[in-house]
Amino acid sequence: MTNALKPIHFKPKNGVRIVVWSAFAFILFALPALFTSSFALTLLCLTGIAAVACMSYNMLLGQTGMLSFGHAVYTGLGTFVAIHAMNKIVGGWAIPMWMIPLVGGVAGLAFGAVLGYVTTRKAGTPFSMITLGVGELVFASALMFPEFFGGEAGINSNRTAGKDMWVNFGLSFGPQLQVYYLIALYLFACTIAMYAFTQTPLGRIANAVRDNPERAEFVGYDTRWVRYLVLMVSSFFAGVAGGLTAVNVEAATADLLHGVRSGSYLLFTFLGGVGFFFGPIIGSVLLVFSLVVLSEYTKAWQLYVGIVFLIMVVYAPGGFSALIMLNLRRVKYGEWRKMRWPYAGMFFFGVFALWGMAAIVEMAYQLKVVEGSGAALTVMKVPLNCQSTASWLIALAVLALGSVGFEYWRRKFVAVWDSGEERIAEAIKKAEAAIV
Amino acid sequence: MSVLNGVSYGLLLFMLSAGLTLIFSMMGVLNFAHASFYMLGAYFAYQVSSWSNFWVGLLIAPILVALLGGLFERYVLRKTHKFGHVPELLVTFGLSFVILEIVQLIWGRTSVDYPVPPSMSGSLFKVFDSTFQMYRGFMMLVAILMLVCLFLILKKTRIGLVIQAALTHPDTTEALGHNVPRVFAIVFAAGCALAGLAGVIGGNAFITEPGMAQSVGAIIFVVIVVGGMGSLAGALVASLLIGLMQTFAVGLDWSFAGGLARLGMDITAETPGYSLLKLKLSQVAPILPFLLLVVMLVVRPKGIMGTRDD
Amino acid sequence: MKRAIQMSAIAVAMGFAFGGVAHAQNVKIAFIEGLSGPFGGVGQNQLKHFQYAAERFSGKNANSGVNVEVVPLDSKGSPQEALALLKKATDDGIRFVSQGNGSNVAGVLIDAINKHNERNPGKEVVFLNYAAIDPDFTNSKCSPWHFRFDAGVDMKIEGLTNYMKDQKDLKSVYVIGQNYSFGQQVSKFTEEMLKKKRPDIKIVGNELHPLGQVKDFAPYVQKIMAANADAVVTGNWGPDLVLLIRAANAAGFKGRFYTFYAGVIGTPTAVGAAGADRVHMVSYWHPNAELSQIESVYTGFKQKFNEEFYTVAAVNAVRFLVAGVEKAKSTEAVPVARAIAGMKMKGASGEDIEMRASDGALQQAMYIAQWTKAGGAVKFDQENTGFGFKTVRYLEPAMSTMQTSCKMPKR
Repeated sequence: MTNALKPIHFKPKNGVRIVVWSAFAFILFALPALFTSSFALTLLCLTGIAAVACMSYNMLLGQTGMLSFGHAVYTGLGTFVAIHAMNKIVGGWAIPMWMIPLVGGVAGLAFGAVLGYVTTRKAGTPFSMITLGVGELVFASALMFPEFFGGEAGINSNRTAGKDMWVNFGLSFGPQLQVYYLIALYLFACTIAMYAFTQTPLGRIANAVRDNPERAEFVGYDTRWVRYLVLMVSSFFAGVAGGLTAVNVEAATADLLHGVRSGSYLLFTFLGGVGFFFGPIIGSVLLVFSLVVLSEYTKAWQLYVGIVFLIMVVYAPGGFSALIMLNLRRVKYGEWRKMRWPYAGMFFFGVFALWGMAAIVEMAYQLKVVEGSGAALTVMKVPLNCQSTASWLIALAVLALGSVGFEYWRRKFVAVWDSGEERIAEAIKKAEAAIV
Repeated sequence: MSVLNGVSYGLLLFMLSAGLTLIFSMMGVLNFAHASFYMLGAYFAYQVSSWSNFWVGLLIAPILVALLGGLFERYVLRKTHKFGHVPELLVTFGLSFVILEIVQLIWGRTSVDYPVPPSMSGSLFKVFDSTFQMYRGFMMLVAILMLVCLFLILKKTRIGLVIQAALTHPDTTEALGHNVPRVFAIVFAAGCALAGLAGVIGGNAFITEPGMAQSVGAIIFVVIVVGGMGSLAGALVASLLIGLMQTFAVGLDWSFAGGLARLGMDITAETPGYSLLKLKLSQVAPILPFLLLVVMLVVRPKGIMGTRDD
Repeated sequence: MKRAIQMSAIAVAMGFAFGGVAHAQNVKIAFIEGLSGPFGGVGQNQLKHFQYAAERFSGKNANSGVNVEVVPLDSKGSPQEALALLKKATDDGIRFVSQGNGSNVAGVLIDAINKHNERNPGKEVVFLNYAAIDPDFTNSKCSPWHFRFDAGVDMKIEGLTNYMKDQKDLKSVYVIGQNYSFGQQVSKFTEEMLKKKRPDIKIVGNELHPLGQVKDFAPYVQKIMAANADAVVTGNWGPDLVLLIRAANAAGFKGRFYTFYAGVIGTPTAVGAAGADRVHMVSYWHPNAELSQIESVYTGFKQKFNEEFYTVAAVNAVRFLVAGVEKAKSTEAVPVARAIAGMKMKGASGEDIEMRASDGALQQAMYIAQWTKAGGAVKFDQENTGFGFKTVRYLEPAMSTMQTSCKMPKR
């Protein structure tokens, strides 16, 4: 059985590693200079927080093979505890505001220890179902205890409360830019910590538990204990993300705990790619992009996300990061040139197929609202009318043409790809033989 | 009366979870979109019954759902089979998104008017003042019929034997000349049909709206975990248990605060943990299944009738 | 149409009275609401209300020519995204924000706007809340930048209990609601106010159930019937309300229902005949209100969108905003907020409505309406169900006025 979640081997040298990390730090530092509007800055903050949350989720899914439907429980509870801690600062406690995310982390860890004890009793599919059930339980309870969760209106706080205390080094955290750098700092630290975790013995055993639990058990590891420990570490980082949310939004509401949020962590972590450490970061960019930007352009954004997700699971279970890495490997072995034409062909016809599909979906949506806003619409600058047969025929024809052309080039592509794969495998074999 | 309400609700849950259990025990696939097929069943029945009548819908809707389920298995799910169980689960997870969006696209985002057929909305009998609606009796009847059919097919027919064989020894069954992938497709379609059937009769007893899938999704997972993974009998017991438990809990206004007060303790709003103590059993009734799940996992992780302890 | 022109004439006259003609100006409202996802249907519907209100009561239909432009922003019902969109709105120079579905989002927005206005003087934002009715927003959490055009939970129940106290045949009431802030408030206020006004009415049950978790309401109905309740007061909305009414119908419960959200899009369709002559709704307006001044708005809306018009708060928000801009002769948030506070005009039923300056709550009339078969006084049915609302009692604004504990900071 080939395991889709197994990473492709890629081991950069130490020097490369330093360059990569410094580049990462530099990008985080320089981003606000590129995106100056306060809305863009808000998006950056959301992305940074989502990145921490998705990476912590990938500890479960990518590294230990635990498909959880209840990750929002830990991020959400982290936010609530952090908000209460912030209100203590408002009340005069001398906790530095920049430590609030850590408070969230500790809360996440504590809840992970309690709830994880139950959920990790099972592995595989039952684990998924149980996390779903526990998630529902926590969400339903949140509305029942308004004393802690603030009912429907949630709990508010003020991040500027401790600005006069010396522990905050003169930072008020009022301006969004300060919050961004706080998030960037935590993101950087968490990324390093989570990467380091993958190199620890526990991180390695987690991989073993993912790939072959029977064997790991046979070698003498208690797989349940491994799952439990990983879940606790993961929920710590999830809690940090929750704490960052508390500082960023200055409010906590029960929807933070909802299953929909857990679902989107799963969805976008997967789209980013679970096989690579940096995959979830791509996922978090996609998450904020589709939730905030894509939804501005089309009402059908959830349908598009769902369809892309389905296609990815079936054809590219490694997510976008795997697509990138596989192509990089081609470049490395000089195979990429051979795929230029198939790529160009697929891209050319893919655009048509995509347009045809988008036109059909958008026209269908327009039909629903035709009474209020008329039948005319444009899809990627092409004017259409959802009540004219011609528009539908054009869309269908373009879709059909695009699909046929795409399929033709896809077959060529698969042939080129597979032959390239063989040559690369041979090259690797030769290189290994040379070393021996 | 409460018993009847509980049993009829429990039987509906069983209809839903039976399909899921069947698919899971056969193929090892947890169909996350199972509740979405339930929703599709309700919407198809609504559509068909608005064109003709309820009885045609009852017949056609499950068949349509089965067809869609079979197509999905054949052209999408089967392709992920080689990747293992996690991608299989993911693909059904993605499907639940797409179905939800398409349902909203076709039928709108608010509930549709899918009424109980007039011939069934009368009262079956009366206990004191409250009537027991004929339709609830019909619900129970369908569920029991389905249970009997399922049992007979699995135990008494040739195809049932092949299914059972493919369940435990797929390779041997294949070697004996049976087309195991096709058996899988049939089982998947049949499971979806059961969900669709539950949708047809649950959709008008309760409500047909886009949120209906999500609201039962979690409960049926609880049913099959509590009943024991892959055990049909377990699912039946767990469904009835949950149905009865929820119904009876609603009738009981017990709370810790009340209990302690009876023991002579003075419980006021200032007592620590008051918000927990004041909760009445009837208030928490709908989340009892999830509590049951947690308790079951701590006490007996393999479930009521489960045999596997993984 | 004629009435609408009268209405806007009244509104404009207000502007004249306070100082001359304002220049034709354009004001943008950022409409932050869940426009996709599970509650997207309601959000889209409310957006149409706002767009239609802007069409009918601003621009060329306002004498001053002040034009209101509605900018929809999809929050997907999430407070976090609503905040991000608030930033986007302020970035784009929009100074007026409207939202209503969900007190959770509203609460977060009020708080964020308070902070924003404090941290960004000169770029203040005003919040026109059209449906989030947590009483805290006009009491303990009141804000100088928040104006609520719906009636608070406390006001609605004040009105409802003022009606119930005159129902001599009412002996026992059962309160049931969703276990979250709104349901809890309904239960608390109903019990308190009924006790005060009609101590002889027995509260035979006070039940809270988890929000959106109950699939089968039959056992709850059993309990209600076992308690011999004459009437049920419920804050339930959406599926929870429909399921409750349907279960009651199936079990043969004969009592009345007093609800708040029976008119929301989709609910009339699902309730249908099951609720006939039993379901009552407390609201500030309904299509068959005898005193209604905005029938043309209702019919025009229905003609244009083929959906029901019911959110008069959207119309009032636009009218107050236009009048505020006219009075302040400015489109900046602070002067307009000062102008709106304390402003009086004629309401949807021709009554005198006032945006109370002390807490930002609109004081308006209230109706108790009954769900019944269309025909006669029930001119319009809802969502083509053949059923519509009939007034059983009209309550003057004074009948639902509440004291406020708000200590309003300076605007």
